[in-house]
Amino acid sequence: MAAIEVRGLERAFQGGVKAVRGVALEVAEGEIYAFLGPNGAGKTTTVRMLTTLLRPTGGSARVAGHDIVREAPAVRRAIGVALQEAALDPLMTGRELIHLQATLHRLPRAEARARADELLARVGLEYAADRRVGTYSGGMRRRLDLASALVHEPRVLFLDEPTTGLDPVSRKTIWDEVRALNRAGTTVFLTTQYLEEADQLADRVGIIAQGRIVAEGTPRELKAQVGKPHLEIAIADGEVERAREVVGRLGRALPPKDGLVLVELDGGAAQVAPVVRALDEAGIAVESLQLVEPTLDDVFVAKTGRHLEGDGAGEAAGGAGEERAEQPAEA
Amino acid sequence: MAGLVANARVVASLGARSVRQTFRRPQLAAPIVVFPSLLLAVQTGGAGGAVNLPQFPEVNGFLDFMLAGAMIQSCLLAGNSGGIALAVDLEMGFTDRLFVAPVSRYAIVLGRLAGTAALGAISAIYYVVVGLIFGVTYEEGVGGVALMVLWVTLAAVAFGSIAAAIALRTGRASVVQGMFPMIFVILFLSTAFFPAELMQEPAATVAQYNPLSFVVAGVRDPVVSVVTGAGALKAFASIAGFAALGLGLSALAMRRRLRLG
Repeated sequence: MAAIEVRGLERAFQGGVKAVRGVALEVAEGEIYAFLGPNGAGKTTTVRMLTTLLRPTGGSARVAGHDIVREAPAVRRAIGVALQEAALDPLMTGRELIHLQATLHRLPRAEARARADELLARVGLEYAADRRVGTYSGGMRRRLDLASALVHEPRVLFLDEPTTGLDPVSRKTIWDEVRALNRAGTTVFLTTQYLEEADQLADRVGIIAQGRIVAEGTPRELKAQVGKPHLEIAIADGEVERAREVVGRLGRALPPKDGLVLVELDGGAAQVAPVVRALDEAGIAVESLQLVEPTLDDVFVAKTGRHLEGDGAGEAAGGAGEERAEQPAEA
Repeated sequence: MAGLVANARVVASLGARSVRQTFRRPQLAAPIVVFPSLLLAVQTGGAGGAVNLPQFPEVNGFLDFMLAGAMIQSCLLAGNSGGIALAVDLEMGFTDRLFVAPVSRYAIVLGRLAGTAALGAISAIYYVVVGLIFGVTYEEGVGGVALMVLWVTLAAVAFGSIAAAIALRTGRASVVQGMFPMIFVILFLSTAFFPAELMQEPAATVAQYNPLSFVVAGVRDPVVSVVTGAGALKAFASIAGFAALGLGLSALAMRRRLRLG
């Protein structure tokens, strides 16, 4: 049984704006699925529907085997949720927050206390457990948010942009924790606008733009759709044509660019050494070389004609409108 | 039964959080203690001679008369502060954390109101002690004081439910905060700070029929006179009316919020 099954999910807001337009996906038990897309693509709206915070205006979905509309309480018992920007009460202490979360999930008092200690230690916050959340850094808040989502050992964990705005060290800490949870059997559905996050963490990636999934697969499959890795080789003057001839025996030589010899390699990094050896044996001096692999951004560009990261990422695929900025309309 | 117990635990936990939050955020606590205390001090000090006016009710002192007004002002503001805090929770997304938990979503509002009730009781006890320190005589003794605390606690819940409805409907703390002036208008158009007999028309008529005046009378009677069945019934009916209005509107606002997301 799939942990998450989504069929034609839709959500319209006031003025007829459709933030999610017929999303369909399946996440297997024990999988990490990343929903990748820019701000306004419909990621958060989808997560809010799957976590029963928002009713769909079309389609259906099942989470942990339960329908998100008809069996919402059962869905809520099975899931853990860490929402965007860690909505934590700055006046509570970390320990109080975990206790409250444990009460919400009906853990007996003694078990709640033990679980709070365990989770705070697990995310490295035991030293700050009795400090108010308002004094926590962004990374600490995210870790606390993650810990609170785990209090009842959920089968499916939803993480909405878990590392947005975090420094690289905090980001890596969150990634490590997500991997550890997944190894322990938790299914993870995360949204992100970071290519690297999807690439590093996810078993499968769904790319969403303007409320629709435009591509889905493992990171490797997706990248393979837009091309093969190629090697860019800088060599001594006058040797370009001869070098093309040599590397052409090992892969498909591409037209030179800016004086660089380009060769597409089916085997990727594994084929770099043979190319270097062949050039060396031919007496061609290599000044530098770089293996260029397709990225998920290339996939995004290929599917949408726009870049996901960098310039104007926030608006890149905008238009659909995230629900936070929208006034809801009657369903 | 297990579900009921679980929801009761949630209500208690959220109520405790609400009380802690109020004491940790001075801007939520100040309206409950500081403003009514200041008004009580200023009015008692400056207008104490009013007790000598013809038609002023028989009281031992102006503070005896004013104490009920301060208590009702405090519980009105406690209710409003609870509404503001709920709206802040909605604004910062904290309620989403509660809404994705497997508990009744109405328990979440009841938790907030449980906190408001506790604050109402605390403020009532505080003003009873203030009264004792400054020489107020409680004509109905300990039983009367207990009744005062009960009325103020229930009134805090009732007023809090109206503020909660506004918070749930709008999701904006600034809107709930904007109710402050309205609270003072309603207070001054009741018998909280002045007897209806000495007011000019049309304020006198409005005060006479303002349900808040019946609540004030219910809190004031144990201090200045005797508790009567009719007075207690009017106080209870008024509080129940406010509560029915507030809880009904809160339920509607909650349903709308859950439907629309």
